[in-house]
Formats: sequence, structure tokens, C-alpha cells
Amino acid sequence: MTTPPVTLDAAAEDAGRVRRHYARRHVMGRVGLYTLAILAALASAGPFLWSSITATKLNADLYNPQNNPFAYNQPATFDHVRFLFTETTFPTFAWNTLWVGLLVVLITLALGVPAAYSLTRLDLRGSGTLGIAIFFVYLIPPSLLFLSLTRMVVWLGLQDSTWSLVLIYPTITLPVSIWLLIGFLKALPKDVEEQAMIDGYSRGGAFLRVVVPLLFPGIVAVVVFAFTLTASEFIYALAFISPTSEKVVSTGIPTELVRGDVFHWQSLQASNIVIAVPIALIFNLFLARFIAGFTMGAVKG
Amino acid sequence: MADVAHRTRLVDRDGVLGWMFLAPTVVYVIALVAVPFGLAIAFAFSDVTSGDPTYDWAGLENFRRVFDDPVFWQSLWNTLVFTTVSMFFIVLFGKILANILVADFRGKWVVRFLVLLPWTTPVALSSVSWLWLLHSIYSPIDWVLRELGLIETNLYWLGRPNLAMASVIAVHVWRLVPLAAVIMMVGLLSIPRDMDEAARIDGAGYWRRMFEVTIPLTFPLIAVAALFGAIFTFTDMAVVYILTRGGPNNATQVLASWSFLRGIGGGDIGQGAVIALFLFPLLLIAAVLILRAVRRMETL
Amino acid sequence: MAVAVEVRGLRKKYDGGHVHALDGIDLATAEGEYLVLLGPSGCGKTTLLRTIAGLEQPTEGEVVIGGSIVNGLPPRARRVAMVFQSYALYPHKTVLGNIVFPLKAEGLDRTAREKQARWAADLLGLGELLDRRPRQLSGGERQRVALARAMVRDPQVFLLDEPLSNLDAKLRASARDELKRFQRRVGTTTIYVTHDQAEAMGLGDRIVVIDRGRVRQVGHPVEVYDDPADTFVARFIGSPPMNLVRRSSTLVGFRPEHLLPAHDVAGEKVVLPFAVDRVEHLSGDRHVYGTISGFGEDTRVISRLPATLTEPIAEGVHDFAVDVRRLRFFDEGTGRRADPMPVTTTHG
Repeated sequence: MTTPPVTLDAAAEDAGRVRRHYARRHVMGRVGLYTLAILAALASAGPFLWSSITATKLNADLYNPQNNPFAYNQPATFDHVRFLFTETTFPTFAWNTLWVGLLVVLITLALGVPAAYSLTRLDLRGSGTLGIAIFFVYLIPPSLLFLSLTRMVVWLGLQDSTWSLVLIYPTITLPVSIWLLIGFLKALPKDVEEQAMIDGYSRGGAFLRVVVPLLFPGIVAVVVFAFTLTASEFIYALAFISPTSEKVVSTGIPTELVRGDVFHWQSLQASNIVIAVPIALIFNLFLARFIAGFTMGAVKG
Repeated sequence: MADVAHRTRLVDRDGVLGWMFLAPTVVYVIALVAVPFGLAIAFAFSDVTSGDPTYDWAGLENFRRVFDDPVFWQSLWNTLVFTTVSMFFIVLFGKILANILVADFRGKWVVRFLVLLPWTTPVALSSVSWLWLLHSIYSPIDWVLRELGLIETNLYWLGRPNLAMASVIAVHVWRLVPLAAVIMMVGLLSIPRDMDEAARIDGAGYWRRMFEVTIPLTFPLIAVAALFGAIFTFTDMAVVYILTRGGPNNATQVLASWSFLRGIGGGDIGQGAVIALFLFPLLLIAAVLILRAVRRMETL
Repeated sequence: MAVAVEVRGLRKKYDGGHVHALDGIDLATAEGEYLVLLGPSGCGKTTLLRTIAGLEQPTEGEVVIGGSIVNGLPPRARRVAMVFQSYALYPHKTVLGNIVFPLKAEGLDRTAREKQARWAADLLGLGELLDRRPRQLSGGERQRVALARAMVRDPQVFLLDEPLSNLDAKLRASARDELKRFQRRVGTTTIYVTHDQAEAMGLGDRIVVIDRGRVRQVGHPVEVYDDPADTFVARFIGSPPMNLVRRSSTLVGFRPEHLLPAHDVAGEKVVLPFAVDRVEHLSGDRHVYGTISGFGEDTRVISRLPATLTEPIAEGVHDFAVDVRRLRFFDEGTGRRADPMPVTTTHG
């Protein structure tokens, strides 16, 4: 880069000043951005960072109010993490959460994908109203339904069984998944499936062989989203199930790892990290896709 | 010709196929959302308890008993405070966070991951974590304040009515800000890049672009984020249930937790249902507002 | 003539230096000039425009506007105006709100800016539409609003990024005419980006042909058409493009309209046996497809016969000819112009 000799007249001096002014503002903007980003990250993830320190602290270190809670005052230990996996029912909770989640995801897809397709492509009378109805279902919260659902679960003989959650959780995941899928379907070109129909497939065949594979990115997004929702659910799990062996993570940990005043604090914090980090990682991988799905669904309505 | 007509199977008729595709969802939703919703209303007028599940008409008896109970009115008031204050901060911080997350900077992936943690973590788990962060003796927050010399003795976050409410709100805001930020990010990302660049060419600085271009253009989605947040907030009981169980002395009791404590804890399903029903009109208003915002978004 | 905008040694690299969007561009516009940047999509012409506007920072080189270097300055400090391909009108603001926006950013008081906005709106015939929103306007009206918004604060230069590409074909011709007349009236230096050679020919005082981040040729439309600097320009400009026939290591070029039946070409000419295999009739003109041989390599070429030549051309071999002064020579290796090579000519 060569700079031509600058004549030191007033105009050039002025231009230099203007440029320095904007350069300074640019730098300030960047500094501000990084500061805010770091602050936001700390505010959000601080409790988790602190959890991971706490999880590996000795009792004597933790239960001394004078000790610095953000650092090891005594050697770290993995005893409590080991305790969590070997002495508590945490593995059972985690396993329950996992298989309930997977089954719920399967049910959600089996019902949701055809329903979304029907609402976007098959041009039924009243499908607009139905779409809005599904949106309203999404807005009906568990706190409004848990009492009657608890009674219904009892009538069906599913009380105190993890299967009750498999039955009920799709009420939470289905509406939002259909909404997401509608967004993805709207972005798919119609001509590809029409081509398949001209090539000799029925509408149903075109759906299975062309639409579903093309929809795959959206389906993956729905899988992650639905699983996250299921893993986080609290009220139904609390209302339906009381035996320890049938509980899932979100109810098992706060109730079973806390026995009256005896809190297994380190193990609790460890379980928090063990569950939180993988979910957040997977979720992050698909964030761009959720945003795409919601944009298409919402904006192109 | 006849042969071809013969091969027109059910799956070729869009109308039939459409209903075949929709029917399972519709049946499922009616059975497990519409029926329980009707049931909830029916329970409100009955004497059903978990010990005696037979249905007997009780008229307005449950309503009378609920209204006579000062805890109900306190819960209603707390719900409103909890929702309004939370919403204000959720929208404010959500907007700031969304602006950060759409900017370009190094390490964005890490920041995005960390920032989303509160939302993707099951609420029950993170709330348990907060239980310790707000512990009466060992709270690290108190430790920091003590070290800074701001307080002499621990604040006892969850033990004092106002501090307990503030704690519940703070944890709730902390948890929902990422969701609001993601929704608002959707809005920011859907603004055509041209629009922002045109504003820069037209000489508008960062703040003018934000207030005269970005915010008006994304207002519908900000509204959606706010209303979603509101619905999640006033129907949520997980944070309250784990942190305080509504205490101390019902100072943080909200409608959802009170309904749960009465209906499941106390076994008085009729009363629980009455309390829960009070969520409905508020929900309806929020839902209509959301739909309006979405409509506006489409016409823009 | 004063220089309005100048770029020196401009380079722009993406993807860690692997892609050169701009690869050493030097260019200057005269005050009040209408400069058209023409090139295929992805050639870097829009990047160049955006770099001048300050929306992108060059990796290397300088941008000079109105005599001072503006590198590092944000768009708002450059006093440039830009019309985007999409027009980028603010959908939530009225026409007046859109036009007033740049003045608001300048901090003009309300009465002054309304007065100026109305002046700009009247100039473009938008007086009646001030309270409308962009979505209630037609394509042509939107373009005029974008122009009014661009001119309202009297910029040093207009930057137009394919502003006609969103209009339908019919509207495009009249909008082009309107653009040109508008620029004549306000006399502001204009840099106009397009991939459409008809637009470029019709609008430009000078045309800059760009390919793969480099300037291929700068010149008056006639010059670029008649004297292409290299084979890229020869092929890119003209429809159908220039015929190129390989002869030893030289490419000999001639425009389709110069390849005519031998007896219709006067003066010194090169006669070429032309094996015609297809004739297309296009509103008056005829395009004749075939192969010429005996001159260099056998090559498929096109001849364009004007409507004034009415003699029928059947399939088969005909004697066609090109006026010797119409021949252009290019080096096969570099593609650049080469010295004329001797050819056998006849008079007639």
C-alpha cells in the first residue's frame, strides 16, 4: 500500500480528523460489542461455570461460608460426581428422560409431518382455521390442563407410570412442531413433488418419496426442539408420577437428590452440568435452522 | 380408459388424503387438549377431590371458597407483578442480546452457546442450582456482596417477601431472555440487508437505524416475543415451586403454583380448577394480540 | 474536467484471500459524467459500487470522492447516494417519510427538510403520492421515490445498482429514458451498475467493462462496441456477439452485421465462402447461421442481414464478405488486440 504524498493543507487535515473520528467510533463500537457479549455470556452461563466448580468441591470446602465460592480452597474431588452416577437414581432419571423423549419425538413426527403437509399443500377447506386452532393449542399451558389430565391419566390406569408422559407430552410438542414444519414446507418448491406425481407417483407416494426426504433438515430441527421441550417439562411430570424409579430428570433431581434438609449439593450441580451442556450443544448446532423455520413460518405466514 | 380410472386410488384424492393426514392430530388434540379443557371447567363446578373422584355438581361453591381465601387474591396480584416486571426485563434484555447475537465478532459461537444455556437447560435443574446461589448461608452472591463490603450479614434472599419475589423474577428473566432474544433475532435477520445499508447510505447512525428502521420493522416480532414471554411467565410455576414453594408466607405464590398446591398437593381438584381457570381470560387476550401482531407482520 | 470519484489500485479479497472480488481496479469519473459499470454477474461490479459507497472496505487501494480519500469513513461521511436493486424503501414510512429520512439524519430542521423533500418529490412527479406507503406504489413509482430519496440531500455522486432489473420489460425502456433525462437535469455524477448491455449502451457517457475483478475496457459506447480491447469484450458486447475466426495464432473478429453477401459489400473486402444451414427471421432483420471455411479454421458464425437486404438466402454455400476495415485482430494467447495480419482481399 502506497500513500501518495499528502499536501498539508487544511482540507487534508480536516479529512484526517474526520477519519480519525470515525475510526475511534468504530473502535469504541467494537469494544462495546465485545464487552456486552462477554457480560451477556457471563450473566447467562455464570451459574453453570460456578456449578461445575461446586460439583467438584470437598464438603469442607463448600460448607464454609467464608470460603471463596468461585475457586477451590481445597483440592478438587470427583467423589460427588461418582456418587451421582453410582449411588443415586440419577442414571434411571436420565434413562427415563431419554426414552420418553425419543418416543415423544417419534409420535410428534408421525402425527405432525402429515398434518403440516396437509395444512400447507392439500388445500382443504377450513385448513386456515385449523392452523390458527393449532396455534391456540400451543398457547394453552400445562397449568390449565394438569388437573384434568391427572384425572384422565388415573382413569387410564397410567398414574405413576412414565408412559403417562409419553401419552401426554405430544400435546406440548405437536403444535409447535407443526408450526415449525409448516415453515419448512412453505420453503420447499412445489414443482418437485408435482414432478414426482407426473412421473407416476400418487400424492401419497410423492409425499413419502420426495417431500419427506427434502424436509429432512426441518425434521431434524423438530426432533431437537421437541426433545428439548420434553426434557424441560416439569408440571405434568410432577403431577402424574411419584415413585422414584418412574421419574424423569426434571422432577427426579429436585425431589430425590434433596432429602429434607440433606442436599447432595455437589451431585446436584454435577447433574445440572451433565444434562445442560449436551442439550445446549445440540441445540446450538441447529439454531440457524430453527431461526430459518420460524422466519419462514411466521413472516411468510 | 376404464383401467386408468380404476387405478385412481384413495391416495390420489387430495381431499381424502388431506383428512387422513390431519385426522390423527385432530383426534389427539381433541382427546387430550379439548376434553381436558372442558373437564377443567366441569371440575370447577364439582366437589371432586383426589380422595373422592365421583362427580357431584357443586355449583359456585368452589368459586365462593376460592374468593374467600386471601391467598387467592394475593396469588392473582403476585402473578400480575411477576408477569409485568419479568416481561419488561425479558424484552429489554432480549432486545440487547438479539442485537449482540446478530453482530459479527470472534468467538460468536461460544457466546451463543453460553447465552442459550439458561433456556435449553431443564428449568427444574437450573432452578435447583439457583437455590444454592440464593442459599441463606452459603450464597455466593452474598459472599461477593460481603467481600465488597456492601452488606454485613447475608440477605436471606428467599426468606424475605420482597427479596424472594425479586429472586423469582430474576431467575425467570434469566431463563427466558435467550428465548426472547432468539425470536427477536428472527426479526432482525428477516430485515432485508438492503434496508439497513440504504439507511447507512442515507446517513443514519447506529441509534437512528435502530429506532427508525430496525425497531419499527421488527415491532411485530418484538410483540410476539413479549406475548409469548408473558404467556410462559404467568402460566409458569416451576421456578416458584422449586425456589420458594410460594413462600415465604405466600409472598411469591402465583396462580399456577397455588392451583397446583390446592389441586394436587391438597387434593381439592375443584378449587384447583377454579384457580387455574383464571389464567384463561388473560391467555385469550395475549393470544389475540399475538395473532394481530402476526397479521400486521404479513401486511408489512 | 474535475474528477468526482476515483479509485486507485482497488483490491478486495474474500475467503482469506482466495477469491478476488476486485483485482486491482483504477478508475476515475469526470464531474457530471454518467459512468456505467458493465459485466456478467459475479464480475465484481457491485462490489466496486459498494466499496465506493463505503458498505465494504477494500483490502487494498484507495477510494477518493470529491478530492479527499474516504477509506475508513462510513457511508454517511461520504455524501454519496445509492439506489438499490430492490430500491430498499422503508416499508413503514410514507413516501414523504422515506424522502425526508436522509435529511433527518443530517439534522435539518423540520420545515427546511419538508421543503426540500417536496422540491425533490415535485421534480420526480411524486407530489400526489407523498402520503402513500411503498407497498401501494407501482414499480416505476418506487423507483422514482428511491431517486428522490437519493437526490434530496444533493450528494456528490449517485450510485445506482441495477435499478431497472425489477421492472418489467415494457416499463424498463421508459424508465431508462426517465433516468437519463433526470440525470441530465440534475447533472450529478452517476455510477451505474448493470449486466444489461442495452442499458449500458443507452445510458452511459462511458462504459467500463469488468470481468473477474478487472477492468477490461473503458470507453464511449461506440468505442467499446467497435473496438473491443480483447476477446472478452468482443464476446460480451453485441447481440449476437462478434464472430471470431482462428487463423494461425490470431483470432480475427467481425460483427455479424458486417458479414454480408459479397456483392453488397463495397470497397476492399475479404470474401468468405459461407455454408448456410439455417435462417432466422427476427422482426425485420435476418440472422443467418452457417460455417465459413477457407479463411482460417472452419468456424460457425452468424451473419445479421438488415431489413433493407431482401434477397432470399437458401441453404447452401454462398459468397459472403467483410469490409477489411471491419476486421479486428486478437492475440489468441492473451486475448488482447493484436497487429492486423495480412489477408487476401478483393475490390468490388
